[in-house]
Amino acid sequence: MTDLSITLHIDARSISVEPGVTVAAAIALAGGGVTRLSVHGHPRAPLCGMGVCQECRVTIDGRAHQLSCQTLCANGMHVLTASEGAA
Amino acid sequence: MNADVIVIGAGIVGAACADALSERGLRVAVIEQDIPGGGATAAGMGHLVVMDDNAAELALSAYSLSLWKDLVGDRPQRHEYSGCGTIWIAADEEEMQAAMEKAQNLAGHGLLCEMLTPAALYAREPQLRAGLAGGLLVRGDGLVYPPKTTRILLDRAMRRGAVTRRATVTAIEDNCVMLNDGSRHLAQHIVLAAGARSSALLPALPIEPKKGHLAITDRYPGFVKHQLVELGYIKSAHAPSGDSVAFNLQPRPTGQILIGSSRQFDTIDPAVEPAMLQRMLRHAARFTPRLTELNIVRTWTGFRAATPDGLPLIGPCDARRGLWLATGHEGLGITTSLATAQLLAAQIQNETTRIPFAPYLPGRFHD
Ligand SMILES: Cc1cc2nc3c(=O)[nH]c(=O)nc-3n(C[C@H](O)[C@H](O)[C@H](O)COP(=O)(O)OP(=O)(O)OC[C@H]3O[C@@H](n4cnc5c(N)ncnc54)[C@H](O)[C@@H]3O)c2cc1C
Ligand code: FES
Repeated sequence: MTDLSITLHIDARSISVEPGVTVAAAIALAGGGVTRLSVHGHPRAPLCGMGVCQECRVTIDGRAHQLSCQTLCANGMHVLTASEGAA
Repeated sequence: MNADVIVIGAGIVGAACADALSERGLRVAVIEQDIPGGGATAAGMGHLVVMDDNAAELALSAYSLSLWKDLVGDRPQRHEYSGCGTIWIAADEEEMQAAMEKAQNLAGHGLLCEMLTPAALYAREPQLRAGLAGGLLVRGDGLVYPPKTTRILLDRAMRRGAVTRRATVTAIEDNCVMLNDGSRHLAQHIVLAAGARSSALLPALPIEPKKGHLAITDRYPGFVKHQLVELGYIKSAHAPSGDSVAFNLQPRPTGQILIGSSRQFDTIDPAVEPAMLQRMLRHAARFTPRLTELNIVRTWTGFRAATPDGLPLIGPCDARRGLWLATGHEGLGITTSLATAQLLAAQIQNETTRIPFAPYLPGRFHD
């Protein structure tokens, strides 16, 4: 049986995931692809999945430019992606 | 190379000289060993700032800012220009007094400035720590991305027939330069604009490299809105020796925050020094505490070409026949590049100049 004991907010949505799921994975599960926008407004998405490319940056609990692929989901977390205008 | 003038160095000063000389109809050749705009020009903050430590510095920087206004014109984004203005921050009453004097001095030159009470200061820059005495807003100041402007000036000169050549000048002779391939090139005028490396070609030049560290953050749009500089900067930046740091924060048009600055003598090692960087960042965080929450994405260093009196060397040099200097701009060479080029080109062409050029003549260091 899966243990979807963690619930977090991604932009306006809520999603429940298993412990150990990264924020990048939760964003994908929630149906979003875009994490951030480039200087010229082009959409960006996770690429390397291992903390190198910096493309997966999102705002987590008010802190900008957090690497979603390197952050585990936590209960009650608020994640803002580029769809909410986070850079 | 069939040139009337050979310019050594394609930093912003050499590029501005090439532009001004070609505009006057001279055939210009520019020799650059690396990438145009890749020296101190790429390392600097790109702050266009009126400085008034003395009358000559004020005259040169104010003149140059008016030239920048014309150059940037209605296409600011080509230069990544932002008319952000500068706020000089006063930490205490003594610095507030200094701000007042600065305001009077600048206003005397017709420059727009405004004294800020603490309330006015915090309304404009809420990230500043509590307890500051106030500040001075200088509206006409701005910022650019200097390598881009360098390219624009150089391209303009090339459209008028100027040529560039990638080579290292190994020696300057009378009306002549020698290159690393052993070739010699004659020209009526030689302009030395090699920045901090100028003294490698003329060891007698009164120029010393002053190392500086900078750091840039990720994008945090709106964190600060003006270029912020502490008034204490003036005390620390002009110390004749010793290492110093000063609070200098710049909002880049990308939303990134550029953090300066440090000054060190007696080193030509370009390595980033963690201890100096730490000192600089700690100092900056004392003014804007939330800076510690931001990600820094890059750090680097550069070398300012410092003269003993802090003014550049613009004019003839009697060490060689036909030699002219356009160097020694220390921490103000982006700002003063355009005026430098006008003063130099006018001297070469025997024209009258918009401001007196005597204070910048290299001959002031000989008696
Ligand atoms: C940390 C820091 C912050 C700064 N911030 C500001 C600021 O905010 N505002 C401001 O106005 N100024 C600032 N400055 C100062 C400014 O960057 C310099 O004054 C300016 O860039 C000098 O330009 P330049 O063309 O004289 O020198 P450079 O840009 O160094 O150009 C000299 C060129 O000559 C070439 N060269 C050297 N020797 C030879 C040779 N023998 N043969 C061929 N080519 C040669 C080099 O490769 C180089 O490209 C700052 C400087 C530093 C280091
Ligand atoms: S996906 Fe590359 S750093 Fe996160």
